[in-house]
Amino acid sequence: MIHPMGKEYVGISKVAGPLLFIEGVKGVSFDELVEIRTRNNEIRHGRVLEVNRSFAMIEVFEGTVGLTISSTRVRFHGKPLQIPVSMDMLGRIFNGLGEPIDGGPPPFYREKRDVNGAPINPVVRDYPEDFIQTGISTIDCMNTLVRGQKLPIFSGSGLPHNELAAQIVRQAKVSSQEDRFAIVFAAMGIKNDAAQMFRKSFEESGAISRVVMFLNLSNDPSIERLVTPRAALTMAEYLAFDLGMHVLVVLTDMTNYCEALREISTSKEEVPSRKGYPGYLYSDLSSIYERAGRIIGCEGSITQIPILTMPNDDITHPIPDLTGFITEGQIVLDRELAKRGVYPPINVLPCLSRLMNDGIGAVKTREDHAHLSNQLYTAYSYVKKVETLASIIGEDELSDQDKRYLDFGRMFEEQFIGQGQHENRSIKETLDLAWDILTTLPKEELIRLTEEEIQKYYPNNGAQECPTG
Amino acid sequence: MLKPIGIVNSINGPVVKADEVHSVEMMELVEIGDERLIGEIIELHEDRATIQMYEGTSGLEPGTVIYGTGFPLSVELGPGLIGTIYDGIQRPLQQMHMQTGNFIKRGIKPLPLDQHKCWHFIPLVEAGAYMRQGNIFGIVLETPLFEHQLMIPPQVEGQVEFIQKEGDYTIKETVVRLKAKSGYIDLTMAQKWPVRLPRPYMRRLVPDEPLITGQRVIDTFFPLAKGGTAGIPGGFGTGKTITQHQLSKWCDADIIVYIGCGERGNEMTGVLMDFPKLMDLKRGRPLIERTILIANTSDMPLAAREASIYTGITIAEYYRDMGYDVALMADSTSRWAEALREISGRLEEMPAEEGFPAYLASRLAKFYERAGRVETCCGKTGSVSAICAVSPPGGDFSEPVTQHTKRFVRCFWGLNKELASSRYFPAIHYMDSYSEYIDLIQFWWVQNVDPEWKSLRDEAMKILQEDFKLQQIVKLIGEDALPDNQRLVLEGARLLKNAFLQQSAFDKVDMFTVPQKQFLMLKTILRFYHKARVVLRSHIPFERLRQLPVVNEINRMKDRISNNACEQFEALFQQIDHQMNEIEKECMSVR
Repeated sequence: MIHPMGKEYVGISKVAGPLLFIEGVKGVSFDELVEIRTRNNEIRHGRVLEVNRSFAMIEVFEGTVGLTISSTRVRFHGKPLQIPVSMDMLGRIFNGLGEPIDGGPPPFYREKRDVNGAPINPVVRDYPEDFIQTGISTIDCMNTLVRGQKLPIFSGSGLPHNELAAQIVRQAKVSSQEDRFAIVFAAMGIKNDAAQMFRKSFEESGAISRVVMFLNLSNDPSIERLVTPRAALTMAEYLAFDLGMHVLVVLTDMTNYCEALREISTSKEEVPSRKGYPGYLYSDLSSIYERAGRIIGCEGSITQIPILTMPNDDITHPIPDLTGFITEGQIVLDRELAKRGVYPPINVLPCLSRLMNDGIGAVKTREDHAHLSNQLYTAYSYVKKVETLASIIGEDELSDQDKRYLDFGRMFEEQFIGQGQHENRSIKETLDLAWDILTTLPKEELIRLTEEEIQKYYPNNGAQECPTG
Repeated sequence: MLKPIGIVNSINGPVVKADEVHSVEMMELVEIGDERLIGEIIELHEDRATIQMYEGTSGLEPGTVIYGTGFPLSVELGPGLIGTIYDGIQRPLQQMHMQTGNFIKRGIKPLPLDQHKCWHFIPLVEAGAYMRQGNIFGIVLETPLFEHQLMIPPQVEGQVEFIQKEGDYTIKETVVRLKAKSGYIDLTMAQKWPVRLPRPYMRRLVPDEPLITGQRVIDTFFPLAKGGTAGIPGGFGTGKTITQHQLSKWCDADIIVYIGCGERGNEMTGVLMDFPKLMDLKRGRPLIERTILIANTSDMPLAAREASIYTGITIAEYYRDMGYDVALMADSTSRWAEALREISGRLEEMPAEEGFPAYLASRLAKFYERAGRVETCCGKTGSVSAICAVSPPGGDFSEPVTQHTKRFVRCFWGLNKELASSRYFPAIHYMDSYSEYIDLIQFWWVQNVDPEWKSLRDEAMKILQEDFKLQQIVKLIGEDALPDNQRLVLEGARLLKNAFLQQSAFDKVDMFTVPQKQFLMLKTILRFYHKARVVLRSHIPFERLRQLPVVNEINRMKDRISNNACEQFEALFQQIDHQMNEIEKECMSVR
């Protein structure tokens, strides 16, 4: 370990929760990295959260268990936390602070970078508009992912969000140039099994040599999680904007990250906002999510797929809520669909991709794509209304029209939403499938599609009629 | 110019506390350390001061020297504002990019206006004229079709001693010299104004002219007046940003000030990409030539986000003073309120609702009061309309920012999650929304479009209201179980919703609708509704009505009939009459 300059102080004045207080320090600056040596010569890391002329408050990433007042040594590094970045790091596994944990040697590097990054100047952002085919119908057709987008998966405990994310990573890879593709994977407080699942999936697809993993598992110190996504994104920015690679960043699970933030905030005795989360949760999350995108003149891009589990499946909980305000859409998983065995259990109604309209259309996908997607949304949301009605008055009492809608709904959920974990549908297959399912409805109901589109794509031009009931 | 005024004592995120402070004013702009990080004094207590920092504070040390600038946070106003993109404290982002590259670094202060560009100045007064504040002494063509009026700055008056001849000058050069009581005053084409202070005007006028936005649900149902205030609350994904983009593209203001306050970077990029390509309907020039952008995205420093809306409205007021109609979009005021909350929290102030400071309401009120239609100091009429998005957590309108906004705006466009999730846009819900300007602006519609406007609008609104009530019953027993006259209400409302209220932001014809066409569309739907009511009396099966070919025609009139082909509605009226008469006859003969 390199020992940078800086005075070492012996003895601290107070330890509370994850925080350490030290008095009588000089020349300490805000946000700088701190090295803490315990009585047993174990080294931990921390960051200055507040400083004045006589004292500093430090958050300790690895936790404060075992620290003593008199014999703890603290050394200030004079600069914020940095991680090395290099091509050499591809295929390696690091802990949440960016130190190798795969048994290999420290990576070769020329440069270290501040994990906090810096905001991208809005004038140099390039608008994301390159279609990424994920092979998943509900995403490709109705919530299209584009290169440089940040599209989170809102899930719940026990739902197959990890499988879905792994499938996206596996299948999205195919459409881009092999040699300029990388995956940065950041795990925050997830179970060991889930991390293994991702690893196995990367290995199977042969992408493992292009993956950088930052792992902070559920039994690792929780405060370290505050650094993990930033370390990962620092790496991603280097790969994308220095080396011109297309980087897909998977961040899982953001809920654990937010909880660590709340822990620090309460230890600092800050005024809480909703559900005890700090008032700056929005700003803090955006300092992570906004590190996605494209830059004019740079070949590469960062596409982010953050995963979060909604506490109690509540989409209005501060974590999914604030995330939704920052990200460019969301993919929402639904317990009801999962229980019925539909995979992926994506409930399309609350889903959204804000950048979709720029990534689709005649040249990129097909000219009917936008209207087709809107038509599916309109029809499926009507299905939900009819289902409520049917649960009150019984399905038999419905009008023929409404019965047709119910049929449409069933086909849509089973055939369109539902697909295999290894089923990779091309965009054409997806769109054709959508038209097939829409034949359940009479042509006059398709008001979101233009007449020319119906003329061109309506299969057999509506000759066959599906039996009702 | 810069003198040391104190020493940093403690640092907590964007809040810096200083001691040994002397000779400094409240709200004065200060610079800290060798990097010259920018901050603003927000509290003074004996020799201690609290500073909110407009830049990141990583690496700042206690003991660092603080310098005073002698000025409050101000903006520089003059030719060259239009088409520029600024951060929250008016630093031009394009210049910053040239100085520091793709990422925003700290401690750089490029000047807001181009100091070297020559503008063609045309004097309008001669030596000897007596000039007061707001009087226009010359003009500059800021963009090919936009006249920038050069005004005497507020609180300045005197006799013109000397004025430059027509010619090209930079904003650094003196163009006018005034002889005032206190001595000579040299004026350039630019002036400074503190952002937190409203610019003066002569008197307020009644906002009785609509701001035509081309959006049917707004213009016809919940209109905004020039100089009015509107709030757009909505959960995420309900279309706040798209609505604001639509308004900044198509509304008939002369100048648009668009503030991206704590929102996504890509949205600003979208504006920067779209606006140079899109043409202004009135002038036929690219939209960027009437737009000023202020981008303080969510990852940029928090305190500058707080300042951004003041920077924006001050620029808006400046153009208003020239006699222009300015529309200001702020997306979103919730992020601004959150910045207030965070700074307040770090100051350890006693929180009011949900952690927001108690002064949230008064700050909002002060901001919205800066909008308005006024007679300017030079006797012209100008206006600032403020259209602000609100992002209520969880889409719950009962939270403090939405509630306080409701108190101070006169137009409320509530966005609805359910409408958005069935891709029904604009998702402005007709039951949650209101406008207090309807009565004020109805005369404009009477004079410019049709005397019937108000009565048609009210009737359509009544149908929608009745439909809303009936939908509760439909949920329980289904539509078919209702009597025919009630089913007709549902059908009328369905037509209003699908054929009128729903409007595509991406369809070339549909994205903007002129008032004349809006009126005719409404008239078409109501004609169908009235005729159907008569026809139904002769016991015609309801299904027959729904299956009339003209229903499809009505549903598609929004994108089939273009804005300048309003005469085609006559044919549509005849079709309605004809087809209704036909089925009536048919049913009679069967009987």
